[in-house]
Amino acid sequence: MSKCYKNFPRRLVSALLVMGVAMSGAQAGDRAEKYSGENRGKPVQPAQVNAKFQQECSTCHIAYAPGLLPAASWRKVMGGLNKHFGSDASLTVQENKEITAFLVNNASNRWSASTAPLRITEAAWFKRKHDSHEIPPTVWKNPKVKSPANCAACHQQADRGDFSERHIKIPK
Amino acid sequence: MFREFNVTLVLALVVVAGLISAPAFAQTPEEALASIQSDAAKANSGFKGFSAARGESFFKTKHGNEWSCASCHTENPATPGKHAKTGKVIQPFAPSANVERFTDPAKVAKWFKRNCNDVLDRVCTPQEKGDVLTYLLTVKK
Repeated sequence: MSKCYKNFPRRLVSALLVMGVAMSGAQAGDRAEKYSGENRGKPVQPAQVNAKFQQECSTCHIAYAPGLLPAASWRKVMGGLNKHFGSDASLTVQENKEITAFLVNNASNRWSASTAPLRITEAAWFKRKHDSHEIPPTVWKNPKVKSPANCAACHQQADRGDFSERHIKIPK
Repeated sequence: MFREFNVTLVLALVVVAGLISAPAFAQTPEEALASIQSDAAKANSGFKGFSAARGESFFKTKHGNEWSCASCHTENPATPGKHAKTGKVIQPFAPSANVERFTDPAKVAKWFKRNCNDVLDRVCTPQEKGDVLTYLLTVKK
């Protein structure tokens, strides 16, 4: 009996360790499966921001955070800037190289699917988080929102890549 | 003698202050126009100069595509515009209302290439660019 008690702390630690490993394994599994593997990554930290990217990608729209799409998507986007969603947004070879590297290096790290959409709004995580249960259809019809590409209409810190719930304000 | 020295000193200070406060622009819009003019003369031996009226009409007319220049830069280029698709604000196009306009040759080249491609599906000729800039330089704030 006393022997059993003596071993109890060690057994408890082992048991907790086993549980912990099992749980983190399960969580990793969930993450991989979440949104069928089309999950966005974490926002880029301010220290990682690239000035060229900020300047060039925020002229016509907000500089969409690199973590919103996988690396393969960014390579496609940057390879077709002369026809960028209907507009010529071409860059010099040097600018293109620098911005592509930044986007690819900071792309979503939770995207396990082999898909590579061109539009952020086509990603499974986007559709789920903005479906009719979350966002009533009337919101999309508001001229202040204009388009689902207009993140900053509701996400007040979108230009900094921060889409957390506390910074959402849906316009009336 | 002392007074003279003082005047020189004041003048020197004024010049230094001017250099510090003046934004470091690579060129003036007039220099940009001169450079386009030299391209126009090279491209066309019969080049007869630029016209603000022709530039204004080019600026406000569609050229076969969905957008004219004015679709984003507005009919009054001294006021802020709005991107026709995203709605993002575009600072005024006329140099009288925006001192940064046409001061960076790389930026001028980049945006003429992009926007002419959107509006006309081709590059603009030096004649067209010069007409538009001549027009923009006549627009008062």
